[in-house]
Amino acid sequence: MTMRFGNPDRPNSYIGKTVPRPNAGRLVQGRGRYVDDIVLPRMVHVVFVRSPYAHAKIKGIDASEALAVKGVLRVFTGADIATVCTPWVGVLAHLKGLKSPPEYAIAVDRAAWVGEPVAAVVASTRLAAEEAAALVDVDYDPLPEVTDMMTALDDATPVLHPDMGDNLAFERTHVEGDIDAAFASAHKVIEAHFKTGRHTGVTLEPRSILVDWNPGEGHMTAWHATQAPHMVQVVLAEHLGMPESRVRVICGDVGGSYGIKVHIYPDEVATAAIAKIMARPVKFIADRLESFTTDIHARDHEIWGRIAVAEDGEILAFDIDDWTAIGAYSVYPRTSAIEGNQVVNLCGGPYDFKNYRAKTTVVFQNKTPTSQYRAVGHPIAVTVTEGLVDMAAAALDMDPVAIRHRNLFADDAYPATSPAKMRFEGLSHHASLTKLVDLMDYDALRADQAAAKARGVVRGIGIASFIELTNPSPMMYGIGGARISAQDGCTVRMDPDGSIVAASSVTEQGQGTEAMLSQIVAEGVGVLPTQVRIVTGDTQSTPYGGGTWASRGAGIGGEAALQAAKALRNAILEVAGAMLQCPPDTLDIRDGAVVNMSDGADRMPLSELGRIVYFRGDTLPKGLPRELVQTRHYTPADYPFAFTNGVQASYVEVDTDTGHVKLLKHWCVEDCGRVINPQLVDEQIRGGIVQGLGAALFEELHYDAEGQLLNGSMADYLVPMAGEMPDMIIAHVETPTLESELGAKGAGEAGTAGAAAAVMNAINDALRPFGGEVTAMPFTPERVLRGLGKLQD
Amino acid sequence: MKASVGGYARATDLRHALDLLAQSDGMGRVLAGGQSLIAAMNMRLSTGDLLVDINQIAALKGVTLDGDRLRIGALTRHAEVATDPLIARHAPLLRRATDLIAHAAIRNRGTIGGAIAHADPAAEFPACALALDATIHVDGPDGPRDIPAADFFEGLFETTIQDGEILTAISLPIAEDGEWQVIHELARRSGDYALAGLCVVRRKAGHRIVCISVGSHPELVPDAMARMDAGDIDGAVVALRAAIDPPSDTQASAAYRRHLIGVLLQRAAADLNGEPQ
Amino acid sequence: MTAVFSDRIDIALRVNGEEVEARVPAGRHLVDFLRLDLGLTGAHASCEHGVCGACTVKVDGQAIRGCLMLAAQADGADVWTVEGLSDTGDLSDLQAAFVARNALQCGFCTPGMLVAAQELLAQPGIPSRHAIREHLSGNYCRCTGYEAIVDAIESTAQARADRGVA
Repeated sequence: MTMRFGNPDRPNSYIGKTVPRPNAGRLVQGRGRYVDDIVLPRMVHVVFVRSPYAHAKIKGIDASEALAVKGVLRVFTGADIATVCTPWVGVLAHLKGLKSPPEYAIAVDRAAWVGEPVAAVVASTRLAAEEAAALVDVDYDPLPEVTDMMTALDDATPVLHPDMGDNLAFERTHVEGDIDAAFASAHKVIEAHFKTGRHTGVTLEPRSILVDWNPGEGHMTAWHATQAPHMVQVVLAEHLGMPESRVRVICGDVGGSYGIKVHIYPDEVATAAIAKIMARPVKFIADRLESFTTDIHARDHEIWGRIAVAEDGEILAFDIDDWTAIGAYSVYPRTSAIEGNQVVNLCGGPYDFKNYRAKTTVVFQNKTPTSQYRAVGHPIAVTVTEGLVDMAAAALDMDPVAIRHRNLFADDAYPATSPAKMRFEGLSHHASLTKLVDLMDYDALRADQAAAKARGVVRGIGIASFIELTNPSPMMYGIGGARISAQDGCTVRMDPDGSIVAASSVTEQGQGTEAMLSQIVAEGVGVLPTQVRIVTGDTQSTPYGGGTWASRGAGIGGEAALQAAKALRNAILEVAGAMLQCPPDTLDIRDGAVVNMSDGADRMPLSELGRIVYFRGDTLPKGLPRELVQTRHYTPADYPFAFTNGVQASYVEVDTDTGHVKLLKHWCVEDCGRVINPQLVDEQIRGGIVQGLGAALFEELHYDAEGQLLNGSMADYLVPMAGEMPDMIIAHVETPTLESELGAKGAGEAGTAGAAAAVMNAINDALRPFGGEVTAMPFTPERVLRGLGKLQD
Repeated sequence: MKASVGGYARATDLRHALDLLAQSDGMGRVLAGGQSLIAAMNMRLSTGDLLVDINQIAALKGVTLDGDRLRIGALTRHAEVATDPLIARHAPLLRRATDLIAHAAIRNRGTIGGAIAHADPAAEFPACALALDATIHVDGPDGPRDIPAADFFEGLFETTIQDGEILTAISLPIAEDGEWQVIHELARRSGDYALAGLCVVRRKAGHRIVCISVGSHPELVPDAMARMDAGDIDGAVVALRAAIDPPSDTQASAAYRRHLIGVLLQRAAADLNGEPQ
Repeated sequence: MTAVFSDRIDIALRVNGEEVEARVPAGRHLVDFLRLDLGLTGAHASCEHGVCGACTVKVDGQAIRGCLMLAAQADGADVWTVEGLSDTGDLSDLQAAFVARNALQCGFCTPGMLVAAQELLAQPGIPSRHAIREHLSGNYCRCTGYEAIVDAIESTAQARADRGVA
């Protein structure tokens, strides 16, 4: 049966409706079960001794004082862990030239960033382990450090990893068209230099893992706050020398992830190694202060960009030179080259233009490794692209809306391929922009801006169009040799009482995966969402799959759930047909009962069908299939990625005496294809926007020249709080992907992709009459004032 | 991280608290609201402290009017300062400052005595105390002492409180008829420590100006105050910018803070010339 | 150590309406006591330096930071956590509003948010959105962007006013 999602009066019409999340009720009662809430018999705590130097040789470790602390059981060095745990290398074959040296769970003879683990202390309490960790005496011999990105490749700069030859981790250049001719013939050429602040995810639940090794069974269980349980299973098995089948990863409630919890962290692998050595449960909960130096960082980019435009506003070319520094190692197994690679893939993304050159240069440095964080690379590409487009509009005296309509891919242009060779199945840039302009009442807002100016109040409006990469196929990681599944599966079964249990390989991180799955399965089978129980986050009891990252849960996991649910429906109706002596295609399942397809008349509740199948199977015809469990998998194949699009707008007020920026309001129209649960999608967009607003105004990790992090606490690293955040108006255009029946694309990263660029353009709209401009994030009061030229020294 | 504490004792009265401090071999730390101290202990910036918990001492609580002086017990919580009618009437600067201090849950625990004794240059109450010409009352092994706020703050987190002494209360002259008390600051987020701030009090005797977050400790700025007395606001801004030596940190440079403090003084001056309070 | 100071403190208090007696390490903060000693894992330890608000609990009628108060200081106190406030139904309308508005995603900040919000809702009148945002300015949520939380609190305040509840 084909689903008719467009008909709101169809039976079991849950897809497209706001259905409550099944797990919200217990979370508001404090009944979540996060890793740190779990206490096991004989459990011990591990705390890591971390390098205070950005780069130092480890000459010796004396743990005698630490071992004397009451409650301390063991102290492990890197060499101790290396006896049971092999090092890893964070490269992928399709990122040609990417290099990174072997990385150990605990540094063996050299520490390469402030915060790298150099020893582990295990004790009966966290307090004892912390006290002892402070007493571990590590004899360091400081080495010259590499900290500045732009001089990392200079001859005078030491080579961080001598075996690698130089400090270049990865480089990629993409050229399309005749870039030199385009710039030579342009009516206007605008150049600008952008910076995005190095930041980090600050999940409210710190990184957490609890590992138990049962030598009797040769079996490891890890309770882990992760987005990718099967990937963690693979990595622990491979590096600790166990068959994958002997490792179980359980991912219960997770207190926020945003990409931070999709990576392999040395201290977490070391925790598993210690559990294997000690044969007892070992818990590691990252302390907030160590989170700042050990959670992955992201977005440390400097970009030189140029745009060439014709007199009528046509974009002729973009020329992008992106630099990023990724810390001391490429993060395993997804690598640290994806972000720069994304900048090359995504710059200019919304626009139909011909000539493109983009280069990313990815260098090593003695800082915390960087890797994928929500909307990987998008905020950088969108900032550069949209910043340049607005500057071009200003130079041409064009309205920012007009220049976008002049250049966005036409809504009937699809399928289309961008100059960066990204393939678009179907996007809606113009419809989205038109909707945004209506929603924000653009002309009225411009009038308000003018009225404010007359009162001496300086306001600005900024717009940012964007594309977003979602539903990644095996072209993202699998092609590079990583055992990271692009496929997801769902097993749906009916129990005797007619209730449904669905086990899915995509995970719940708070975004509403379980609600999304429950409504898809409810509609696919024909029951109420409350009759569906969802199981996620357990490698032992769910199908194999990728998990939750790159905005893939609904688009990939949702399609698998839909197909499994439909298969179960058919299996149920086959049994029902036999029981009711009628062809199965004359029957339907609605609200948990078998009914006539034609008139909807009740024939039999599912609980009765379940009773017969499970307890009185003898009364059914011998040989009648009665498989009330069905599994289906899905992996995208037609397109490497399902691109989505959207556009955001920001309205700000700038205090031109202090440089303070106030966010007045924010809008976003985006197109994630089929919207499964409008409320959940809207809240993903809002949450994502605010992470982007953090990038725009607050978030930046500061290092000194010696590689010391200067603001590694929540008092000093500023995240967005309620007081400064605006209300946000969200709307959608729906262009379902035709690759799946469900038609859903991802929505989790759209908010983050475009928010910072919209704010930058709004600030610059406000500053432009004063001759001011800002292009280095975050836009602190001081940077805004300097952008206005009001602060010289 | 987890705090490493040498010991804890709950003082039943002031005498007991002083005895405990006397027996602590210099490791004693007075625990009042704890909103800075316990954070520091949890970050292991302070370990092995012998904590003297003064929260149960009734004599350190309460706000009283004594003739033309207002006395505020050391244990008066920020949330109580925010709502106390005597403070609102006689020392409105303190009430206004509470809007700028941290967040509701912190204000429920933090105490005015603790904040002043901690002498954080980015905190509002120490600056307010000096701007209001408060007297700091301490008690100790050698008996009680009354210290003018101008002599109290010595340096970065340093005051003239001696080992073994406890800050018991502050007192201050009640606002004169027509007195102005304003506080202006700019923080990046609500409740954050200010990038810079200032308190301006205008009395018959003249202006008093004390800055926040631009030096090692609260200090009066006589040159700027004199210019204000003379009605020369631009001159006061120049004098104020010249008088301070602000820090550079990850939030802002010294140059920015110096610029900002002038803007804040101009805004305070605009307030002073605005509607009567 | 001198005899008058102890590194283990006996405390007797009420937690969620029940009498509790315990001996706690002097440096143990209240939220660790609740989580580790009493198994009340609703309030969370996240930053442990007083910034994030995940540990917010109610002590003697006021919302406080559970990481910035020692368990030793809670002797004689009346402590309420999200678990107890759920049992009594004190939070039920607010919790229902949070669920209905999806004012939580990962749920890690939620117990602290609820306790902070409850304090605001106990004040007379319907708070403005600005006042709600100000009151929550010390409670970090990385997931929602805050707007849904503000909505849930605003609608609860409105509903209570409509019903004639404080």
